Amino acid sequence: MLELKNVSLEVGADTWIDDVSLSLEKGTLNLLLGPTLSGKTSLMRLMAGLDRPTSGEIWFDGKDVTGVAVQKRNVAMVYQQFINYPAMTVYENIASPLRVARAPAQQIETEVRRAAELLKLTPYLDRTPLSLSGGQQQRTALARAIVKNASLVLLDEPLANLDYKLREELREELPKIFSETGAIFVYATTEPQEALLLSGHTATLSEGRVTQFGPTLDVFRNPDDLLTARTFSDPPLNTITLPKQGAKFSLGGGADLPVPSDLAGIADGEYTIGFQPHHLSLDAQTAGTQPIRARVLVTEITGSESFVHLDFAGSRWVMLTHGIKSFEPDETVNIHIDTRHLLVFDMQGQAVRPPVRRAA
Amino acid sequence: MARIELDHIRHSYSPNPRSDADYALKEVDHTFDDGTACALLGPSGCGKTTLLNIISGLLTPSEGRLRFNADDVTGLSTQERNIAQVFQFPVIYDTMTVYDNLAFPLRNRGVSPGEVDRKVRETLDMIDLSDWANRRARGLTADQKQKISLGRGLVRSDVNAILFDEPLTVIDPHMKWMLRSQLKQLHRRVGFTMVYVTHDQTEALTFADKVVVMFEGGIVQIGTPTELFERPSHTFVGYFIGSPGMNVLPVEIDGTSARIGGLDVRLSAPVPSRSGARMELGIRPEFVTLGRTGAPFEITKIEDVGRQKIVRGTLAGHRIAAIVAEDSEIPAEPRIEFDPRGINVYADSWRIETGAQR
Repeated sequence: MLELKNVSLEVGADTWIDDVSLSLEKGTLNLLLGPTLSGKTSLMRLMAGLDRPTSGEIWFDGKDVTGVAVQKRNVAMVYQQFINYPAMTVYENIASPLRVARAPAQQIETEVRRAAELLKLTPYLDRTPLSLSGGQQQRTALARAIVKNASLVLLDEPLANLDYKLREELREELPKIFSETGAIFVYATTEPQEALLLSGHTATLSEGRVTQFGPTLDVFRNPDDLLTARTFSDPPLNTITLPKQGAKFSLGGGADLPVPSDLAGIADGEYTIGFQPHHLSLDAQTAGTQPIRARVLVTEITGSESFVHLDFAGSRWVMLTHGIKSFEPDETVNIHIDTRHLLVFDMQGQAVRPPVRRAA
Repeated sequence: MARIELDHIRHSYSPNPRSDADYALKEVDHTFDDGTACALLGPSGCGKTTLLNIISGLLTPSEGRLRFNADDVTGLSTQERNIAQVFQFPVIYDTMTVYDNLAFPLRNRGVSPGEVDRKVRETLDMIDLSDWANRRARGLTADQKQKISLGRGLVRSDVNAILFDEPLTVIDPHMKWMLRSQLKQLHRRVGFTMVYVTHDQTEALTFADKVVVMFEGGIVQIGTPTELFERPSHTFVGYFIGSPGMNVLPVEIDGTSARIGGLDVRLSAPVPSRSGARMELGIRPEFVTLGRTGAPFEITKIEDVGRQKIVRGTLAGHRIAAIVAEDSEIPAEPRIEFDPRGINVYADSWRIETGAQR
C-alpha cells in the first residue's frame, strides 16, 4: 500500500501540492484527474521519489520512504512522450530493465514474451521503435514498465499523444493489463471521459489539492463539492444559483424547480444547482415539470447527438440531446431539467447532500 | 474569403511515382464553397496534413491545380496566398504583450489604429483574454498561449482562408468546449472559409459543415456529420466516426434478409447481390437495442461511463457493442435487436446504395 500523509510541496513562495493524504491499495488503478497545472505531475514525482515533499510523509508497505531516492524504489514511469531506446529492437527495449537487474536469460525470454503478448507487440519484437506507429511505441514503453515488475507504476497522460481510435483501443485493454500485474497503478489524465472509461478509483485535483478520492463512478455521481463536480464534467457542468423557498427553487419569472424530496428539510436561502448536459432535454423526463425558456447561442452536431449551447438568464448551459437539432442562434427554446439528477451545493460550494440514487 | 478549388490534385514525395501506393495523397477533385467550415479527419499518416500543406503552400502538388476564387495559386508562396494559419503549438512573440501579439499582423498590413483596436478587442473578448491584454506573453500557460495563436488567426478579416492544424490538441477539455463553440459562433457570424485538420472526431464533427474523412492517402467520404453517422460510405468511416465505432458483421445477403450465423436480420429494402464480394452488415451501437426480444446476446463487459453504458458482448460469435441509456436496466437474459434504420450493407467494405427511404 502507498500512503501519502499530509504531503505538501512548496517551490519558492508557491504551493504546488497542498496537504494531500491518500491511501492506494495493491492491484488498483488510481486516476489523478484535473486540468493542466492542477498538480498531477508534481504528485506523481513525489510518489516516485523524484522530488522530496516540503512536509508530510510517504509510506510504502508500512515503511516510511520519504526522501528515499527513486533508484532505491521499485517504481516504473510512462510519460506522454513515447520514450524508448531508438537503437534497440522492441524486444531489447522491453528486456532492458531485466538486463539491468541481471535476470537470468530464461526469465527474460519468458517475461518479454508475456508482456509483448499482453500488449500485442509479438509481431514487432524485431523492429526498432521508430519504425512503429505511435500507439505501438507507447505499447513498448508500457511493456517495459510492466516487465520491470515494479510495485508502483506511474503513467503521466500516457495516451495524450495518440490518435483517439488508438486511445479507445488501449483504454479498453489497460484495465485488464493492470489487473494482471498486481501493482499499484497511478494514471494522470485531464479528461473526465478517460477516467470514466478506465474506472478504478479517482482523485480529483485542483490547485494542488485532492478535492475528493473514491471509486470513479461514485466521485462522478456524488461529488462532495462544486469544484469536484466541475473537474469531473465534460461537457462542462451546468450551474445556476437560485433562492430556495419551501419546496421550490425559484428560477425567476414564475418558473421553479422542485426541491428533491430527500432535501426537503434544508433551510431556505441561496443554493447552487448543478446538472449534467444530458439531464437537460426538450421533453419532460418526469411528469408535471414545467418547461423553462432559454436562448440558443450555437448548436454543435456530432452526427447522432446535438450539443445546444444555451443562455438562461445569464447562465451559460449546454444541452446534450439525441438526434439532429438545428436551432437558429437567438431562437428561444423550451427545455426541461431532469430533477432526478440534481446536484445541490451551498454557497460555500459544499454538496448539501448527495442526490438520491435510483437503483443502479 | 475564398472558394477553394482542388482540381485533380495528387501528391507524391517520391520523384517518379509509379503506382497508387507511391502517392501520399491520392487524387482529390473537390471544391469547398466560400464560407465553408471544413474538417480534414483521419488517423496519423492518412494524408490530411499533406492536403493542408498543399492548400497553405508549404507543398506544391505533383499534379493538379489549386484555385482560390478561380485564381490559380498553385505556384504561389504561403505569403502570396494571403491565408492565416494556426498550428498545434503556439506561435507567438514572447516579448510582446498579448494585445500587441494580436495587433501585429494588422499593423503589418497598414490597418488604421482605430480599426486595429476594435478588431483586437473583439478578438481578445472572444478568446477570453481581455484581462490579460497588457501582460507579456512569456509568463502565460500553454493553453493561454495557444489562445493567442488562435486569436492571431482570427483577427484578420481580409484573408482568403484560415487553416487550423490540430489547434486544440494541447488545450484542456473545459477550455476546448469554450473555444470550439466560440469558433463555431464566429464562423456563423462572419462566414470565414476555414479548413481544420484533426484526428479528433468530436472536434471535426462539431466544427465542420463538411467533413472530409481520409484513410491511407485517399478521401473515403465527404459529408455532413449526419451523413457520416447515418450512412458511412466505407466501413472505415463507420469505425473511425463514433465511439465505439460501428459494429461490422460478415453476412450472407438474400434479398431483404441478411444472415449472420444462424440468425436472420430483416433489411428495410432489398440489397442487390454481388457475387464474389465480401458482404458485411454495419450497425452502430446506438441502433442496437438491448432488451427481452430479439437474438440471444452474451454480455462480456459493461462499461458505465456516466451518462450512458457501453455493453459489449457476442452474437453468434461476433463481437458487438451496444449503447444503453444511463437509467436503463439490463435484463438477466439479454437479447438484441437491430433498428432497421441504422443498418447499412457493405460489399468489399463499400456501402451499397439501396435507395431505401429513411
